[in-house]
Amino acid sequence: MGSKTLYDKLWDAHVVRVDETGTALLYIDRQLIHEVTSPQAFEGLRLAGRQPWRTSANLAVPDHNVPTAQSERASGIADPVARIQVAALGTNCASFGITEFAMGDVRQGIVHVIGPEQGFTLPGSTIVCGDSHTSTHGAFGALAFGIGTSEVEHVLATQCLIQRPSKTMLISVDGELGAGVTAKDIVLAIIGAIGTAGGTGYVIEFGGTAIQALSIEGRMTVCNMTIEAGARAGLIAVDEKTIDYMRGRPLAPTGELFEQAAASWRTLVSDAGATFDRVVHLDAASIAPQVTWGTSPEMVLPIDGQVPDPAAEADPVKAAGIRNALNYMGLTAGQPLAEIAVDKVFIGSCTNSRIEDLRAAAAVAAGRKVSKNIKLALVVPGSGLVKAQAEAEGLDQIFTAAGFEWREPGCSMCLAMNADRLEAGERCASTSNRNFEGRQGQGGRTHLVSPAMAVAAAVTGHFVDVRAL
Amino acid sequence: MEPFQNFSGIVAPLDRANIDTDAIIPKQFLKSIKRSGFGPYLFDEWRYLDHGEPDMDCSQRPLNSEFILNDPRFSAAQILLARENFGCGSSREHAPWALADFGFRVILAPSFADIFFNNCFKNGILPIQLEGALIGVLFEKASGIAPLRISVDLPAQLLTLDDGNQIPFTVDVGSKQRLIEGLDDIGLTLQQADAIREYEARRRIEAPWVFV
Ligand code: SF4
Repeated sequence: MGSKTLYDKLWDAHVVRVDETGTALLYIDRQLIHEVTSPQAFEGLRLAGRQPWRTSANLAVPDHNVPTAQSERASGIADPVARIQVAALGTNCASFGITEFAMGDVRQGIVHVIGPEQGFTLPGSTIVCGDSHTSTHGAFGALAFGIGTSEVEHVLATQCLIQRPSKTMLISVDGELGAGVTAKDIVLAIIGAIGTAGGTGYVIEFGGTAIQALSIEGRMTVCNMTIEAGARAGLIAVDEKTIDYMRGRPLAPTGELFEQAAASWRTLVSDAGATFDRVVHLDAASIAPQVTWGTSPEMVLPIDGQVPDPAAEADPVKAAGIRNALNYMGLTAGQPLAEIAVDKVFIGSCTNSRIEDLRAAAAVAAGRKVSKNIKLALVVPGSGLVKAQAEAEGLDQIFTAAGFEWREPGCSMCLAMNADRLEAGERCASTSNRNFEGRQGQGGRTHLVSPAMAVAAAVTGHFVDVRAL
Repeated sequence: MEPFQNFSGIVAPLDRANIDTDAIIPKQFLKSIKRSGFGPYLFDEWRYLDHGEPDMDCSQRPLNSEFILNDPRFSAAQILLARENFGCGSSREHAPWALADFGFRVILAPSFADIFFNNCFKNGILPIQLEGALIGVLFEKASGIAPLRISVDLPAQLLTLDDGNQIPFTVDVGSKQRLIEGLDDIGLTLQQADAIREYEARRRIEAPWVFV
C-alpha cells in the first residue's frame, strides 16, 4: 500500500462497487458520441423505455461520415446511407436532450479533437466513446478508453461500466528528440518495439523526459496510438502544461472552481515508489523519423531502413505476415524506404490534425510545390476551430500555394467512409493511425508518417528524410 | 440476449495473425443504423471478388474460392480458429454482430484485442484464449480433409475434440454467468442504482467541476 500509479488513483476514484469476483462497477464521468457507433445504442434505450442517466455527461458530434468538400457540405451528403446516419445522430440527440455540434457549427470536428479543444475532456475523469482512439484523452491524466455500442448504451443508461482492473505498463522515453523528429515518430517507434499486441491487457503510462518535454498536442498524438500498441488506454501525468491548456476552455470550470480543480489535478501523477507490471525504456535521441511499410502499425522502420525480407524471419507465422504485407503493399524485400514513390498524401485524422500538426506541415510546405506524380494532397483540419485558427495564421494559403487541397473538418481519408479515399493500388503517405488492408479504400496502400514527413513525401514524390530537405 | 447453450460445431481455420475489425466487417457497412443483417458481409473483402456495398444481394456476387468460408465444408461452421491479436483495430461492435449473424458462437485464438474481446460477450459469442502451441495443433487438425468438430461445454469450461481429446479453458466468472443466463447487463447494473446515486453524491462533493 501507499504508493499508487496514476492508473490506480484514477481507478480507485471511480469504483462504485466491487463484487466478490473482483469485477467493478466503474463510474463514467463523460461520454463522447459520434454517428457511427451510437444509433443502435439510442435504439436500445428507446426500445427499453430508458432515459439517459445524466444527459449533460454526453457530447455528440458527427465526424466519420461527413463530407470534407465545401460543395458537398452545402448541397447535403451525397451518399444516402451516410446522410441517414448523420441525420439519425441529430434526431437522437434532440430527442434525448444531448448537446450536439452538428455540421455547420464551427465547433464540429473529429470527436477526439473537439473533446480536449472544448475542455470537455477533464484531467482525472473517466471518459469513454464508441471509438478505439478515445485513448487520446489520456494525455490529460484521464482514464479514457474506447467501447462497443452495447457499452455506449450501458453508459447512457447507467453512467457506469462493468470493468476489471488492467495491468499497468510504464513506457519511459528519456533524452532529447532530434530536430525533425516528432511525437508521431515516438509512438511509431514504441509500437515497433513492443508490437501491436504488446499492450494487450495493460493500461500504458508514458513517462520520461522526452514525454514531459512534449506539448499537450504532442502528448495527444502519443496517447492516440496507444490502441495500436494493443492497450485500450494510455496515460500521461498532469503537469503545469496540462493545467495551462485547460484554462479558459469553453466547457472547463472557471474562477475559484478552476483553482480547486487544478489543485486536485496536480496530484494526478504516479507516486515515486509505485510499481508497474512491466517497464519499457526507450532512448529518444535514437529515434529517427518513422515510416510504416506493411499492413500493421508494428511494421515500421526508420526512414533510412529497407523493406524487410520474409526469408530472414524465423517465426513462420510472422514470415507469412510479412509475405502477405509485401504482396498487398506491392513492395519487394530489400527496397530502401526512401525509394518508394507515393500517389496521394493525407494530412489529418485524430492523430495529427491539430494546429501544431498543421504548423509543422506548413513549415515544410512553405515555398515548395507538390510533386507532379502526386494525384491528390489533402489537408483536413481536425475541427472547425482548428481550421479557423490555421486560416488566421495564413497556413491555408501556404498549403494551397504548394498544391494541397484545404478541406472542411472530419475523419476523411483516415477511414474513407466519405468520398475521400484511395483507389486500388494507390499508395498514400498518411498522418493517420492505421495502415490495415483497405483502411483508406479497398486495395489502397497506406504508409503512416508524421505531418512533416507527409509533406516531405508530397513535395519530392517519394518518402524522404525530412531532415535532409 | 439468448442464453448460451452447449453445442458441437465445425471449426473454420482462418490462418492469419492481426485480423482487424475492418477486415471482419468493412467500414461501408457501418453506415447502417441497424444491429442485424451483417452476416452476408462478414470478411467482405476476402470473401467476394467484387466490391461490396450495403444492401447488395450477396447471393449474386462472385466468390473468392480461395477464402476458407467459401469452402462448402465450412459454410455451417460455428467455431472460428484464428491467430494472434484477433479483432484488433476499431471498436466497432458490428464485428461481433457480423460474426454472430453468420453463425459463429465461439472464437479460438492465442490472443484477442481487448475491446473486441469485451464486445463478443455482449453478443453471445464466447472468445477463448488458448496457448499458441495448442492453437497450432488445432490448425493442423482443422486443416485436414474432414473438418474438425468440437463440443463446447461452457459450464464445465471444456472443449472436446472429435478424437476425444479434451481442452479445458478459462473464462471470467461474471462474463460466464451472463452468457449462460443470457442476462441484460443494463438491467443488472440498474439494480444497483442506489449505489450509483450514492457514489455520484460523493463525487459531486469531491470533484464538483465534473458536474458543471
Ligand atoms: S480520425 Fe480516424 S481514427 Fe480518428 S476517430 Fe476518425 S476515423 Fe477514427
